[in-house]
Amino acid sequence: MIKSELVQRIADRNPHLYLRDVENIVNAILDEVTDALARGDRVELRGFGAFSVKKRDARIGRNPRTGDHVEVNEKFVPFFKTGKELRERLNDSPKA
Amino acid sequence: MSSNALSVETRPATSSTVTLPEKHTVTRSDLAEALFRRIGLSRMESAQLVEMVISEISDAIARGENVKLSSFGTFLQRDKRERIGRNPKTGVEARITPRRVLVFRASHIMRARMNGETD
Repeated sequence: MIKSELVQRIADRNPHLYLRDVENIVNAILDEVTDALARGDRVELRGFGAFSVKKRDARIGRNPRTGDHVEVNEKFVPFFKTGKELRERLNDSPKA
Repeated sequence: MSSNALSVETRPATSSTVTLPEKHTVTRSDLAEALFRRIGLSRMESAQLVEMVISEISDAIARGENVKLSSFGTFLQRDKRERIGRNPKTGVEARITPRRVLVFRASHIMRARMNGETD
C-alpha cells in the first residue's frame, strides 16, 4: 500500500470529506510524527508501535572501494519498534 | 547521621538547578490535537481520523503488504528463518521459531530532519 492508496481508503470511509482534505489529514499526522522525532521526542502508538530516535556515535569509516579512512560524524537515526498487537497480527497472517 | 543529613540537603538543590530538556512522549491524543489545530476538525473527528489512519496501516501490514508512505518511510516485512538463540540472562540456548518481522526504513527526508537539516 502506498500513501495515495491509504488516502483513498480513508476517503472511502469518510464521504463527507474531500480527497484533498484527507490527503492533508494524513500528511498532518505523518508530519506531526516526524516533527516529534526531530525534537527528540518519542511517539508511542499502543497496539501499533513506537518511534524513537537513536544516537549513532561518530566513527572512522572506510570507503569500501578505495579503503580510505573517512570520518563519520555522530548522527541521529529514527527507529521503530513494532507493538505487541501488530507483531502478533503479522504472525497469524497467512504466509504469502 | 550528620553525613546523611548533608546529602539530603544537597540533593534537592542540585536537581533544581539542572534543567534537562523535557523529553515528551507523543501519543494518539497529541496527533488528534494536531489535526484539531492544523486542519480545524472537531476534537471528536480528529481522534477518529487518527485511529482510522493507524488501523488502515495496521490492516495493510496484517494482510502481508509493505506500506510505503512517501517522504515519511516504508514498513517492510521480513521472513526470518528458525535459528538458535540464547537467553541473554541465563545463557541457555533456545530455538527461535521462524517468524515474520516488521522493519521501518525512514525516508531520506525524515533522516535529514533528525540531524537538523531542513530538507
